[in-house]
Amino acid sequence: MNKQKVIFGGTVIIAVSLVAALLVALVLLAIGASPLATYKTILTGPLSDLFGVTEVLVRSVPLLLVGLGIAISFRSGILNIGAEGQIQMGVLAATATALALPHLSKGFLLPLVLLAGALGGAIWGGIAGWLRARLQVNEILSTVMLNYIAAQIHTFLLRGPMLDPNELETGSGTPQSMRLPDASFLDQIVPGTRLHTGLILALVAALLVWVLLWKTTLGYRMRAAGAGAKAARYAGIPVERYLIIAMLLAGGFAGLAGAVEVTGVHHRAIEGISSGYGFAGIVVALFGMLHPGGIIPSSVFFGILLIGADMTQRSARVPANMVLVLQGVIILAIVSGQSFLRNPYAQERLMRWLAGLAPWLFKSKKGVQP
Amino acid sequence: MTSLEPISELKLEGITKRFPGVLACDGITLDVRRGEVLALVGENGAGKTTLMNIIMGLYRPDSGTISVNGEVVQFRAPGDAYARGIGMVHQHFMLVPNMTVAENLAMGLKDLHHFMRLDIKGAAKKIREVSERYELPVNPDAYIWQLSVGEQQRVELVKTLCLGARLLILDEPTSALTPQETDDLIERLQRMASELAIIFISHKLNEVKALSDRVSILRHGAVVFNGHTANHEPSELAALMTGHEVTLPRNEGSGGQGTPLLSVRQLRVRGDRGNLALDGLDLELRAGEVLGVAGVSGNGQREFADALAGLRPVESGEILFQGRNLANNTPRQIIDSGMGYVPEDRQTEGIVPSFSVKDNLILKDFASKQFSRLSYLSRKEIDRNAEQLKERFDIRCPSTSTATGSLSGGNIQKVILAREIARGPKALVAVYPTRGIDMGAQEFIHSQLLERRREGIGIILISEELEEVMNLSDRIAVIYKGRILKVLPAVEATRERLGILMAGLTDTDPPPAAGAPSIPAAGAAHE
Repeated sequence: MNKQKVIFGGTVIIAVSLVAALLVALVLLAIGASPLATYKTILTGPLSDLFGVTEVLVRSVPLLLVGLGIAISFRSGILNIGAEGQIQMGVLAATATALALPHLSKGFLLPLVLLAGALGGAIWGGIAGWLRARLQVNEILSTVMLNYIAAQIHTFLLRGPMLDPNELETGSGTPQSMRLPDASFLDQIVPGTRLHTGLILALVAALLVWVLLWKTTLGYRMRAAGAGAKAARYAGIPVERYLIIAMLLAGGFAGLAGAVEVTGVHHRAIEGISSGYGFAGIVVALFGMLHPGGIIPSSVFFGILLIGADMTQRSARVPANMVLVLQGVIILAIVSGQSFLRNPYAQERLMRWLAGLAPWLFKSKKGVQP
Repeated sequence: MTSLEPISELKLEGITKRFPGVLACDGITLDVRRGEVLALVGENGAGKTTLMNIIMGLYRPDSGTISVNGEVVQFRAPGDAYARGIGMVHQHFMLVPNMTVAENLAMGLKDLHHFMRLDIKGAAKKIREVSERYELPVNPDAYIWQLSVGEQQRVELVKTLCLGARLLILDEPTSALTPQETDDLIERLQRMASELAIIFISHKLNEVKALSDRVSILRHGAVVFNGHTANHEPSELAALMTGHEVTLPRNEGSGGQGTPLLSVRQLRVRGDRGNLALDGLDLELRAGEVLGVAGVSGNGQREFADALAGLRPVESGEILFQGRNLANNTPRQIIDSGMGYVPEDRQTEGIVPSFSVKDNLILKDFASKQFSRLSYLSRKEIDRNAEQLKERFDIRCPSTSTATGSLSGGNIQKVILAREIARGPKALVAVYPTRGIDMGAQEFIHSQLLERRREGIGIILISEELEEVMNLSDRIAVIYKGRILKVLPAVEATRERLGILMAGLTDTDPPPAAGAPSIPAAGAAHE
């Protein structure tokens, strides 16, 4: 039974990717680019040298962290669209903490800065969770609005109170904070590249999220609240409380992603630091089937897409924004694919078609004959 | 939309339909002619609904043929079936609540769609014609949400007839109806049958007996019996349906002498619309008895059950359980006090459908010492518990890792019952525990409840199935408009007497006018 489900789910994911690729190919043709050349650049370009690979991983770290948070919130029945704002609040909190305590040793400062980032994001997510739990404010509305507020706070602080005094002196006025103290930096893994220990942190986080959701009573409660709020309530689970906890955690992971970007990559808060990780993280999580085991490869895949898109801009003269089109199409394809997943009739037809096509998949399986 | 020729015969031959791992229909051969009612009987999962979906063109059979009036047809969509005069009334009504009856019909009738204009009057006229001809009173201008379930059922029938169907497929049409509405529907269908052909899907054998001319029994996707209804007793049909003798257990004792367990005093609770749904309800449950709460649905049963489970605020009054007032306690406190609960809507209230069977079996106890250590779930113990309960409660599932929502209603109910009983409750509230469940599972659930009763558990059984209430209860309380109208010992209860009480008339009042077609208007009971 489970094997069939995996085969079916895998087939749908592959089909979804193909459909998305085909649709984007049409767009590429429309702007006069060659789809094949573009896809070749996107998919093989980033992996052709060590630098490319490390850059892919640098991108996938925040995507993975955000995606984990999204998975927690979606699994708990709350649609968190606010990761972008939560990242920015994490960036600000981490930066402020690091700048306020420049003399602490690394052993204290780095954990503190990461924690502050997570806390900043958690508060921002928690607001939406609290509004939903106590006042029944739709979380999609509140998180989107909180994104705007966070963006404005971010801009205001980086152009005002947190602006690097050097920028004022030299008069260049680039909106960015002072450089953080070295003691707050994440170490490099591969010397000479930007790849930092945030990767390890993110992988450990993925493991922890898996343990949390599937091995602990807290995760059980959250999944029950998400998958069947009514039944959970009847079973004595205070659903509202777990909505808030889920949003605190989801925001915390997004905030952590922000802190990791600051301490691992940019070493200061800059404008546009998140570059859309908050939204891409939703796609990463959905593409990874809201499971850490799927989100890890999915975050790498989207890391490849991001770097590949940059490369196509240079080599194939295709605007890097095409990757946004691709993301959008993938979301649409996933959502349609999921409704397809739920249709037993479609399942039956697909399985029989597959059984005819690839009988070895179903060896030792009874019940399905072509 | 009217058929080319009136339908005189529908014939299915060798219909086979396979789903992954399941043979849903296995060479089914059936026929039904004008002027007759064919009852299609079978337990849940026997393949009834799949077969009907094949007739309606929603599924295509793997093999076999369908012919209308001797001509082989292939339906690709319900529209094709309607074009040949075949229509279906689904178990769950397909009506838009905030539209009128006429608007609901107009949606499906293409003749009424003119350029930029929808002929609602035409729809209303058509409804009046049909409802007069078939004696199905329906007000075309009423909004669906204003109608009772029984009236909505009539709207569905009229709609199907208006769309040109002369062969009606009725999928468990009585599953949501009160006993009175059921009797009324059966009577109307009997009258309509002379001009139509009807396929009546049900597993309520007394209805099958009352309505049908012939009966076909499906088991595991195959027809195991064809016969004339008049020649066979319901018990015989039940045995054929389940594959073994079925005798629903009865409560032979006369309990009600145990120590008081739960007393509800002057309970006031508001309904969803802010009305006082419970208005001073008094009730006492004793240990070792089944207390049936009978009533037409909508008289406060749901609010009563919710208040007992801690899911609805209590405005005033007490729920004293072993001397402790549970009113306005949290669900968790109530669960921990030893109350078991089988909720009304098993799919959404009783289980988390996407969770596995084993996870649903610990829905209330996952945090207990048995199933977790330092807030880590003890998977081994959870597996062991699931295997044990699966065995003990005869839960039929491919494995305990299967998603519970994919099981049949009867098996879902067994999962819930297993969970509640395994917790060792002192009192159990069961709300419509066998609604829409097949005979085999029903028998099992009934005997489980009676066994718990013998062990000294007090059981509140809220149901509108009079058979069920009378079979299982020691005492029967009739609920009407948020109060208990009367409590009588089960031995003194008869169908008629309960029916009268459920309509809000106390014993001393005269019975309702003879031949009144449905439940008397609620207001008629005042003074």
